[in-house]
Amino acid sequence: MLNPGIKFMQGSQALAEAAITAGLRFFAGYPITPASEIAEHLAKELPKVGGIAIQMEDEIASIATIIGASWTGAKVMTATSGPGFSLMQENIGLAFMTETPLVIADMQRAGPSTGQATKCGQGDVMQARWGTHGDYASITLSPNSVQEMFDLTIRAFNLAEKYRTPVILLGDEIIAHMRESIIIPPKNSIEIVNRKKPRPGETMFFGGEEIPPMPSIGEGFNVTVTGSTHDEYGIRITADPVGHRKLVKRLVGKILNNADEIVEVEAYNTENCKIGVVSFGCTSRAVYEAVERANEKGVKTGFIRLKTLWPFPEKQVKVLAQTAKTILVPEMNLRQIFFEVTRVAEGAAKVVPLNKIGGGEMITPEEILAVLLKEGA
Amino acid sequence: MSEEFSLRTYLRDIQPPFCAGCGAFTVMNTFLRAVHEMGHKDLRGFAFCSGIGCSSWIPSPHFKADTIHVTHGRSIPVATGVKLMRPDLNVVVFGGDGDIVGIGLSHLIHAARRNVDITVVMVNNMIYGMTGGQVAPTTPFKLPTTTTPYGNFERALDASKLIASAGACYVARWTTTHVSQLKESFKTAVNTKGFAFIEVISQCPTAFGRRVGFKDAGEMLQWFKANSVTVEEANKLTEEELQNKIVVGEFVKKEAPSLTETVYAVLKEAQKK
Ligand SMILES: Cc1ncc(C[n+]2csc(CCOP(=O)(O)OP(=O)(O)O)c2C)c(N)n1
Ligand code: SF4
Repeated sequence: MLNPGIKFMQGSQALAEAAITAGLRFFAGYPITPASEIAEHLAKELPKVGGIAIQMEDEIASIATIIGASWTGAKVMTATSGPGFSLMQENIGLAFMTETPLVIADMQRAGPSTGQATKCGQGDVMQARWGTHGDYASITLSPNSVQEMFDLTIRAFNLAEKYRTPVILLGDEIIAHMRESIIIPPKNSIEIVNRKKPRPGETMFFGGEEIPPMPSIGEGFNVTVTGSTHDEYGIRITADPVGHRKLVKRLVGKILNNADEIVEVEAYNTENCKIGVVSFGCTSRAVYEAVERANEKGVKTGFIRLKTLWPFPEKQVKVLAQTAKTILVPEMNLRQIFFEVTRVAEGAAKVVPLNKIGGGEMITPEEILAVLLKEGA
Repeated sequence: MSEEFSLRTYLRDIQPPFCAGCGAFTVMNTFLRAVHEMGHKDLRGFAFCSGIGCSSWIPSPHFKADTIHVTHGRSIPVATGVKLMRPDLNVVVFGGDGDIVGIGLSHLIHAARRNVDITVVMVNNMIYGMTGGQVAPTTPFKLPTTTTPYGNFERALDASKLIASAGACYVARWTTTHVSQLKESFKTAVNTKGFAFIEVISQCPTAFGRRVGFKDAGEMLQWFKANSVTVEEANKLTEEELQNKIVVGEFVKKEAPSLTETVYAVLKEAQKK
C-alpha cells in the first residue's frame, strides 16, 4: 500500500492502489486492453496485504467469482473494457438483484465489438446504465484525471458498501494509461465505508428497510441469496406480482431516491453563462481549456463536468439549462449523454452535440472552442 | 451418529417444487443422509451454490444453510469465490447437466484444472427439464426431444471422463438407483482435498421419460438398473458392448495440491517480502 505524499503514477495504478486503500481483498479479472494494468498491479500488490487476485477463464467467471467472494464479507472488484463489460452484463443484474456490493472498473475503448482495442472511446455510457436486462438503477462514476482514478475508486467502494449494490467506475483508455502527479492523502483522512451487518438473530436481509443489513456466508445466518424475485427473507417468489413490484421498486428506489447524495459534479460559471458545456471523462480535459479561451474572447461560458454519470445529475443540468441559451455536449461516441441532457433540458436550452470517434483521437480544445464561438456569436 | 436421521433437521419447511418421481428428491435426501452420517448436526460448516434449472433448486432455498442461487451455468465461479475467501467451509454446487456441462462447461473444466476444493454434484437427467425437455449435451444419440423432434443428431458428452482428465481429485458416477454408493461418494467428495465431481444419472419423468416412452419414474429406474455396469466390468467390455450402457463407480481418487493451498502459500510468500 502507498504511503501518503505526492506520487507520479499511471491512472490504472492509482485505481488499483485506491482499491487496496478502500479495503479491496478479492480481485478477479480477465486480460483486456486497456484494463490489464489494473489486474497486473493488483496481482503484485494485493497478496502483500493478504488479498487474493486471480485470473479467471473469462469475464463471466470474473464477476461471478467476485459475487461469491463479496458474500463472504470481502470488498471485491473486477476490471475490464467493452467486450468484457458486455460479457458481465447478466451477472451485473445478479449483483443488483442480490444486493451484492462490488466494483466494476470499465476502461472504455472504441467499440462496438473488438473495435479499436488500443484506442480510447466513451461509448459504454448507456451500457453502464442499461446494460443488463430488466429495470434497474446504476451507480456509475467517471474520473477525468489520475487523481480522480484514486479518489473516485475509494468513493466507488464506499457507495457499493453503503447502498449494497454494484458500482461501475467508467474510465477510459486515456485516463487509464495517462501518468500524472497525484496526492495520496494520509490514511486516517480517507473516509472508508463498510456494509451494514445484521445483529445476531436478524433474519430480514432482502427488505424491511431501504438498504437491509448484509450477513456473510459462514456466520450462521442461513442466508438465502437468489437472483430470482424473492421476499424479505430471500425466499423465491416466482409468480406474485406484488412481491416483484415491491422488490424491484425498492432496488431502483434505493439509488434514485438518494441521487442527491450520490451525484457529484464539477461546475464552473453555471449561474452566469450564455453557453454551457456538459462533459465527462477524458473529453472534459479539453473542455477546461476551451471554456477558458471562450471566456477570454468575451463569450460567457460555463461547464458541468459529470463525476457521476448515473444516476444522471438532473438537478445540476436543469439549472444550467435555465441559465444557458445553448448547451454543448462533446463526447467520444455518437451521442449518448447528449440525449440525457436534451431530456433534462426540456427545451429550455438548445442542446448541441459534438462527437468524434475512431483512432483514439480526442476532441480538441480548438474544436470545442469553434462551436462555443459560433454559438456565442 | 447417535441421533436418528431426520430430513427436517436440514430442510426448511418449504415443499420442494419437483414433480412426483423426480430424481432430485433422491439426490437431496441422499446428500443430507451423507451429511448426517458424517456427523454434521446442521449445515453450518457448508455453503451451497447453484445455478438455474430444477436440479439447482435442490439446495436453494430448501437447505437450512447459506445458499447462493445464481445465474444459469455460473454457480462454479461463484463457489470458487466463496471457497477462496472461506477455505474452512465445505462448498458444494448442485446443478443439472444443462447448467453444469451445457452453458457452464468451461467453468467446470477450469475448476477441475485449478483443483479448487469444492464438490460439484451434477444431476444428469439427460434433458433440459425446467424449460420443458429440450436437447442437452448429455441427451443420447437419436433420442427425440422438443428441439430435436426427429431424434438427436448429436452425440452425448461423457462428463465424468472429461472432468477426470481435466485434473479432478475425485470423480464418481452413480444412478439414482445406487443410493448407498452415492451416499458414500458424497462423503468422499466432501472430504476430498481438491476438486470433486459427482455425476448422478437421474430420472426426469416429466420432460424426458414420458416423451421417450417410459410409463413412469419406476420404469426409468428399471432402465438405469438394467443398463448400469461398474467401472471394473466396463474395462472388460468392448466399445460396442458399452453402447447405451451407464458406467458407474469411482473414476478418480487421488491427491494433489488444492487451489486454496497454492493460493494461500503465495499470500504467505508475498507477505514475507
Ligand atoms: C442465460 C440463460 N439461458 C437460458 C435460460 C433458460 N433455462 C432455464 S433452466 C434451463 C436448463 C435447465 O436444464 P438443466 O440445467 O439440465 O436442469 P434441469 O432442469 O434438467 O434439472 C434453461 C436453458 C436461463 N435461465 N438463462
Ligand atoms: S421437470 Fe423433470 S427435472 Fe424438473 S422437477 Fe419435473 S421431473 Fe424433475
